[in-house]
Amino acid sequence: MTDMDIAMKHRSEVAVSVELQTADMTLNIGPQHPSTHGVLRLIAKVDGERITSIEPVIGYMHRGYEKLSEVRTYAQITTLVNRIDWVAGFASEVPYIVAVEKLMGVEPPERAQWIRLILSELARIASHLVFMSSYPLELGAITPLFHALRDRERVLELIEGVTGGRFHPNFNRVGGVKPNAGGGKQTRNVSMDIPAGWFAETRETMEKVLSVCDDIDTLVVGNELFRARTVGVGIIPAAKAKEYGLSGPNLRASGVPFDLRKEEPHLPYPEVEFDVISTNTGDSNDRYRVRLAEIRESAKIVLQAVDKIPSGPLVAKVPRVIKVPKGQAYVRGENPKGEFGYYIISEGGQKPYRMKIRSTSFSNLSILPWILKDQLVPDLVAILGSLDFVLGDVDR
Amino acid sequence: MTVAELNLTTGYFWLDTVIKVAIALGFMMTLALPVIYAELKVMAHMQNRVGPYYAGGRFGWAQPIADGLKFLQKEDLVPRDADAAVYKAAPAVVVMATFAVFIVIPLGPQVVVRDMDIGIFYLLAISSIGVLGVLMAGWSSANKYSLIGGLRAAGQLIAYELPLILAALAVVIQAGTMSLVGIVEAQGEPLFTIGSVPISLPYLLTGQIVSFVIFVIAMVAELSRIPFDMPFAESELTMGYVTEYSGIRFAMFFLGEYASLIALSLVVATLFLGGYWIPVIPDDWLNLIGPMVVMGKASLVIFFVLWIRSTFPRLREDQLQTMAWHWLIPLALVNLLVISFVKVVV
Repeated sequence: MTDMDIAMKHRSEVAVSVELQTADMTLNIGPQHPSTHGVLRLIAKVDGERITSIEPVIGYMHRGYEKLSEVRTYAQITTLVNRIDWVAGFASEVPYIVAVEKLMGVEPPERAQWIRLILSELARIASHLVFMSSYPLELGAITPLFHALRDRERVLELIEGVTGGRFHPNFNRVGGVKPNAGGGKQTRNVSMDIPAGWFAETRETMEKVLSVCDDIDTLVVGNELFRARTVGVGIIPAAKAKEYGLSGPNLRASGVPFDLRKEEPHLPYPEVEFDVISTNTGDSNDRYRVRLAEIRESAKIVLQAVDKIPSGPLVAKVPRVIKVPKGQAYVRGENPKGEFGYYIISEGGQKPYRMKIRSTSFSNLSILPWILKDQLVPDLVAILGSLDFVLGDVDR
Repeated sequence: MTVAELNLTTGYFWLDTVIKVAIALGFMMTLALPVIYAELKVMAHMQNRVGPYYAGGRFGWAQPIADGLKFLQKEDLVPRDADAAVYKAAPAVVVMATFAVFIVIPLGPQVVVRDMDIGIFYLLAISSIGVLGVLMAGWSSANKYSLIGGLRAAGQLIAYELPLILAALAVVIQAGTMSLVGIVEAQGEPLFTIGSVPISLPYLLTGQIVSFVIFVIAMVAELSRIPFDMPFAESELTMGYVTEYSGIRFAMFFLGEYASLIALSLVVATLFLGGYWIPVIPDDWLNLIGPMVVMGKASLVIFFVLWIRSTFPRLREDQLQTMAWHWLIPLALVNLLVISFVKVVV
């Protein structure tokens, strides 16, 4: 065969393959779409059912919290920050308030710290239970939703019992938590904080949460079709997870046992026993199982904390008008969805000069173009859902 | 005068046919309502919910009617870019295909619109026309989700048509007839006697268990219900090929879906569970008792389908195709071989 022949053959093959090539379809998923959890927009180029490229478009829910914080006093900002990740409102308050306390050099009293710990863990349970219910729903299983949300409601009632709010507790104060009975000098000295019988109710609820975890274990994790849909789908290797700045359960599912509750605890986490859950594969199934195990761990922490909580004042002595001295602080905490941080720059005065919010879902979503490339459209939903994001947390 | 001697016809063929078709149509329409209600209630109780409660005063019995009326009131939207004629015709095609199935299903020895000699063949052929309506809806909606949903549906329905037909064929071989009345009668024939009591068993218990399983799986897939609801897949395609439909046309798709659930459940009851035949009751009375018997059997199948829906997530498109082509069809062929072998030898 001469060079000419080869060239001709090559050309004819090229001609054939060009002729058979069909244009990719651009599928615009969102901003209004059932599986985008709100207003995420994905511009997907699909070849049949296969995604050739994907471009996430965010910002439909931008509420300008970083800018708003610059014109709010430190006490007012707590109202904003619990609206960032509304599924776990309390958990996103804590790093902010700790950052302010750090700048002011205030140490909150022990009891306040323990209350923060308990409520953070309750928020984690609530957030993960939402995931337990919404993820199977995205795969088409309807029933787990009702089981998980029933017990999430119990947890929210606990949070409401202490803070007065189901979603937006707004319970943290600089130097402690909100004294909600009587007020004045009395509450600073005596614990008139937690409603009577609340601890007993918490113990009961944790038992129920643990039992719903067993239900989910058999109903969802043990389900053959659920395994078929999730095992080996959307594998994120540990190196990639670190590269894209993933954190929280998404990172731990990839085999990196990194948990800020162990690494940089600013609440009395060292005094309770719990395990950092991590799995090796990093597929959607692992991300689901990690969160399920974390609910159990959180329930364990709450049960221990309820026994260990000391009595004492709720708020440290802080000035009536909170003025933060000049300086900067970055505090990050383990939000249910991962690392959640606040970088506050203070020029002195009642308002921050600038506050940068390192929100979890924003970083967790940055992996989308990589992970969704060459996947099938049904797997898009399976992978997207398994990352467990909240759009308010992405856009801030 | 016995029941069998009752003359249920007027003597005029066309008048008879029109009356029978009208009754079958009314039957399909009215039967869909209790099934929708059953779905609402059964699933609710499986999921820690109460389900409809207020409509109609007690137990929310009027909920399906209220839903239907709501659909009637809604505007019938046609997207600007849609192929209006095809778009409007599609729901009718789907409902027609489903309705045509009811023509041959026997509710009693004589309670059938038309007992054809090729009943089961007609039934399987006519129900395939529904695919056409689905494709029409998907293509004409001028919506990418609809298009993907329509194509998924077409792929799925074609893939699961084969195991469905092969499973039905195994029954036809055992019964030696394609007439649905004939198949029921074949199941009613006594196999043996205990003392002086003749015992006859439905095909489910006399060697058709594999066909039954294949038929029910393929049936759920044909109905595009969870775990085979890829054509709809709310979380991916919003609502698949019915995304753009609203008002009465959406209600027609909805009705068609439930009507075909009833139709195929009746077919399962007829082919595998003995149809209208029931022990002890004398044959004379089957025209009266039969409809209740066969619907009772069908409702068991319907319950099973609802049960599956509240238990499983949906399969992926490729897993679904693999299941049909790699597992169900070979299994159905082997099953067919075994049944034929037994039929010839025994």
